[in-house]
Amino acid sequence: MTTSASPGGTVISDELRSFVGLESIPTTYDIERHAVERFAAAIGDSSHLYSNRDAANASSYGSLIAPPTFFRSLLPGDYPKAYPEPFAHILDGGSKYRYNEPVKVGDRITVVRKITDLFEKHGRMGTMLFKISEISYTNQMDRLVATQTTTTITYGTGEKDSGVGDH
Amino acid sequence: MAITNSETGISNPIFEDVNIGDVLPEVVKNPDTRQLVMYAGASQDFVAIHYDQNVAKEAGHPKVIIHGALKSAWLGELVTSWMGDEGRLLELDVSYRAIDFPDAVATCVGKVTDTRIVDGVGLVELEIGLRQEDGTISTPGRALVSLPTREIV
Repeated sequence: MTTSASPGGTVISDELRSFVGLESIPTTYDIERHAVERFAAAIGDSSHLYSNRDAANASSYGSLIAPPTFFRSLLPGDYPKAYPEPFAHILDGGSKYRYNEPVKVGDRITVVRKITDLFEKHGRMGTMLFKISEISYTNQMDRLVATQTTTTITYGTGEKDSGVGDH
Repeated sequence: MAITNSETGISNPIFEDVNIGDVLPEVVKNPDTRQLVMYAGASQDFVAIHYDQNVAKEAGHPKVIIHGALKSAWLGELVTSWMGDEGRLLELDVSYRAIDFPDAVATCVGKVTDTRIVDGVGLVELEIGLRQEDGTISTPGRALVSLPTREIV
């Protein structure tokens, strides 16, 4: 079912190519105070805007807000069909965030991911598949609050890392 | 270059006081594997190369590696802690060029590369990066923030 890397061949099968432009099933999250607090603690950011309700309420935001990369915890839903990942290992290539407005505790954020490009490169780790995805975050007022464009790199054979399918 | 709130100790830079070449206060991190596990749980990122030494080795790494997204969170903190409550983060780009490992000092650095006013909004462009102990920038990036202008203040 999955294609394997071969000299002169491509790992990007027609089935894989068909995922370019396909949107994930929308998933909606309540932005909870304690999830934000836990995230801030995990990244080691002690800003009062994420964990001190009184100070955050008195700030220019008027509320507790989520850190800029809190979106990482709002996992997109599945695609309407199973993504045929050809490789076992994963590396994150980077992210580009665009922010229109802050996310406040109490917001409801709907997440949709779309693959915008797939290409392969050959390097030290053999053939590597590059996947560019654009993730949109829309709030309960139907306003696009942010987007994240990600580069995901997969490579290698063997036992699949259990988290590979999430990215 | 900044007005510091005497109660909170927080610096709130004003657009007119910021100059190209200004250096941001460094944010220094020294993550251990416990922080990687905390981040895995908080971000729901359960890719095992971040907590399972065998899986990390199988993937070609000498040991577990730091989540790229955790590095971008630190670079986000570098920018947001500098811009203060009145600034707004508009863009954050990070590129993971080299892998970072726990139990090493990682220093977030940044400097101002451009200032401009667009539609009455004071915009500041920043070059940012995560510096390893040997000086290598493993994770270069950039950010765009808006700062309050003196007229509004």
